[in-house]
Amino acid sequence: MAHEHSTDYLHHGKGLWSWLTTLDHKRIGLMYMIAILTFFFFGGIFALLIRLELMHPGTQFMSPTVYNQVMTLHGTMMVFMVIIPGIPAFLGNFVLPIHLGAKDVAFPRLNLFSWYIFIAGALIAASAVVFGGVDTGWTFYTPYSIQTYKGTVFMVLGAFVMGFSSILTGLNFIVTVHKLRAPGMTMNRVPLFIWSIYSTAIIQVLATPVLAITLLLLVMERTLGIGFFDASLGGDPVLFQHFFWFYSHPAVYIMILPAMGIISELVVTFSRKVVFGYTAIAYSSIGIAAVSFLVWGHHMFVSGQSEFAGKIFSFITMLVGVPTAIKMFNWVSTMYKGSIRMDSPMLFAVGFMFLFAIGGVTGIFLATLSIDVHLHDTYFVVAHFHYVMVGGTLMALMGGIYYWFPKMFGKMFNETLARITFALIFLGFNITFFPQFIAGVQGMPRRYQDYIPEYEWLNRISTIGSWLIGAGFLLVLYVLIQGLRKGKPAGPNPWGAKTLEWTIPSPPPHENFTTTPVVSGGPYEYR
Amino acid sequence: MKYMPLQASTFGEDWDLVWNFVLWSSIISCIILIGGMIYFIFRYQRKTDKDKTAYITHNTFAEFLWSFIPLVVFMGIAAWGWEVYKDMRTFPTDALEVNVTAQKWAWNMTYSNGRTLTGKLVVPVGKPVTILLTSKDVIHSFFIPSFRVKQDAVPGRRSKLWFQATREGNYHLFCTEYCGMNHSGMLGTVSVVAQADFDAFMAENPNAEVSPIELGKQLYQQQACIGCHTTDGKPLVGPSFQGIFGKSVKIKGGGTVTADENYIRESILNPAAKIVEGFPENQMPVYQGALNEDQITALIEFIKAQK
Ligand SMILES: [Cu+2]
Ligand SMILES: [Cu+2]
Repeated sequence: MAHEHSTDYLHHGKGLWSWLTTLDHKRIGLMYMIAILTFFFFGGIFALLIRLELMHPGTQFMSPTVYNQVMTLHGTMMVFMVIIPGIPAFLGNFVLPIHLGAKDVAFPRLNLFSWYIFIAGALIAASAVVFGGVDTGWTFYTPYSIQTYKGTVFMVLGAFVMGFSSILTGLNFIVTVHKLRAPGMTMNRVPLFIWSIYSTAIIQVLATPVLAITLLLLVMERTLGIGFFDASLGGDPVLFQHFFWFYSHPAVYIMILPAMGIISELVVTFSRKVVFGYTAIAYSSIGIAAVSFLVWGHHMFVSGQSEFAGKIFSFITMLVGVPTAIKMFNWVSTMYKGSIRMDSPMLFAVGFMFLFAIGGVTGIFLATLSIDVHLHDTYFVVAHFHYVMVGGTLMALMGGIYYWFPKMFGKMFNETLARITFALIFLGFNITFFPQFIAGVQGMPRRYQDYIPEYEWLNRISTIGSWLIGAGFLLVLYVLIQGLRKGKPAGPNPWGAKTLEWTIPSPPPHENFTTTPVVSGGPYEYR
Repeated sequence: MKYMPLQASTFGEDWDLVWNFVLWSSIISCIILIGGMIYFIFRYQRKTDKDKTAYITHNTFAEFLWSFIPLVVFMGIAAWGWEVYKDMRTFPTDALEVNVTAQKWAWNMTYSNGRTLTGKLVVPVGKPVTILLTSKDVIHSFFIPSFRVKQDAVPGRRSKLWFQATREGNYHLFCTEYCGMNHSGMLGTVSVVAQADFDAFMAENPNAEVSPIELGKQLYQQQACIGCHTTDGKPLVGPSFQGIFGKSVKIKGGGTVTADENYIRESILNPAAKIVEGFPENQMPVYQGALNEDQITALIEFIKAQK
């Protein structure tokens, strides 16, 4: 067999200890995967419980006190522990260095350290359940968050710590993209996935510190009684909202930009065609990242913020729609005159575009001042961000997992079952969340444990849909485990893709490339 | 439209127009995008794994079109939304004013004659109504779906909204800002009645409490405001209350401020924040913590009444 240095990364070093101390970006990526899938499992259980409680008006099995905590755990886990780290830390770690033709990220030790910070933060956040619970919702609005259960402090500290993992990962990726590209790989030749991860990293580095400071102020106010946000201590509760959304709106793009990067890769590979409008797609990622810092006030149109500020925020928010539209049209144009195959990753990519289109246009409703006055904090908002976060990010993540699974493990999964998982998740998703748009338009407020009987039929449909999604993801788990155990060998390039990761064996050798690749053209040269 | 809650305020029509425009332009663009995608999926199905595909890297004109057209449409929508929103935020001067104080988990309404109600708001049909909002504890949000209005009630602040009901009947009032355990139970009814019925409602006064203005007057004397602020226009240590409400005043250190509810509130709680030009500093005691929300409301109502 080959020399020690060319064993594949899965067998390079044995035992749990070799994983926990690994500096290999591929292994660290998989370690993120295990952590994130675990959190996703719990977050998903909470979601199913929420839907079950809301199936009928009145209390089914969760009192308001319990419901509010479950709702908060679902939100915080899904946002801070699943969707934000999901694509960059997991798929980004695995794919980014190989996409660039590099042996690893720029700072492998820092990369491993980021994983430990993430786990530590997650544990601190989870300990909130033991130390009195949290019921603030994932937004921690003051002054409520200052007055309620003690567990809030742990949850907030956990989010604070996880933020550092996000900042350091972003920093690592920025340096890697600048410094470790293979000879000949100019910035105009990197795959579009890199552009999206790069734009995301910029937001991670610039916006996350603001969240960190905000959360720290909140903890100081709670523990030391310093009045930043509490009116009775001379603070301003709305100030917290400004700080919080200054991070959390850009964070929406931390969640969605990497997803867009995956979609670019999938559409190209499964259309066997050069991408349409490389430059426009690449720069629209940067454009979205830049504008995302200037729109936070659209979460606060009815908070008492001045009308003039509301007007400015409404117009700037509309601008985000433009680069988003460019991306959507360019993906569809890439399919024009292509050679399209609807394998499971492409099904998820198409599902993404379908759901993200709806998520996108409903964002325009919410950015429109007069319309938002009615829709703000109703189920319309809940449906909108689930179309973007689940219909967008999670669909792309699923597509990405199926797409890179053969590369990660050298084995194929059962394609038929994988297509069934798509059908279940896609249908279930629409059945769950589309009725919520209608409930919102009719005025049903979000974060309600109980509701008036008029909304019952919509909620019942929604709950039934959630079971389909649950079944879909359980089947995904089965497909992945079965693929791992019994999958047929995948070969280096099962999808006929062009980017660098498909030029090396599956699973890749420990050092990725035995000889450094030299790049002489764009990433998608189907001629 | 059936799926919308009944519209029963003067905003309803304009609001529904903007809504319909955004809805239909969204549906059309989704059909173009998703329809195109589905058509391509079937039209360009893969035949063999060696298929040659067109090498089209970009098309500047097409890309310009699908950035420029959305841009124009989006800006148009934003401008239209702003126009309707502007009406929602332009307050009529002849409105009936109702003070609403939110607390965990109830809505308390106080009318100018001192009549108070909990969980029920009674207003006359066809007359503008301004709701002056504040909160005793955490942030709540005042939402009447049928009127298309919503505004947060923030502790330590005064916010407002207005509407004019067009149809008699009972409508839902919801709290839409998460406020803890019984958030979903913080409901109320808005009862829109004929003017005559409203007058009768105002005349019967089961509480028989003092009106906010009356209470404000008592506080004005008890809290010794009277020592420095007259009600006849003569300035003493501080400005006179006569005609001060709604006036633009010059501030020490530059700038002007409108003497509205928020400014008066701030000046009571923290007098040093914005001193009117020409008056001494550090004369007035800080009332932060000394007055409760109801008392502050009463004082503001009293000052407003000094026309
Ligand atoms: Cu936002
Ligand atoms: Cu509430």
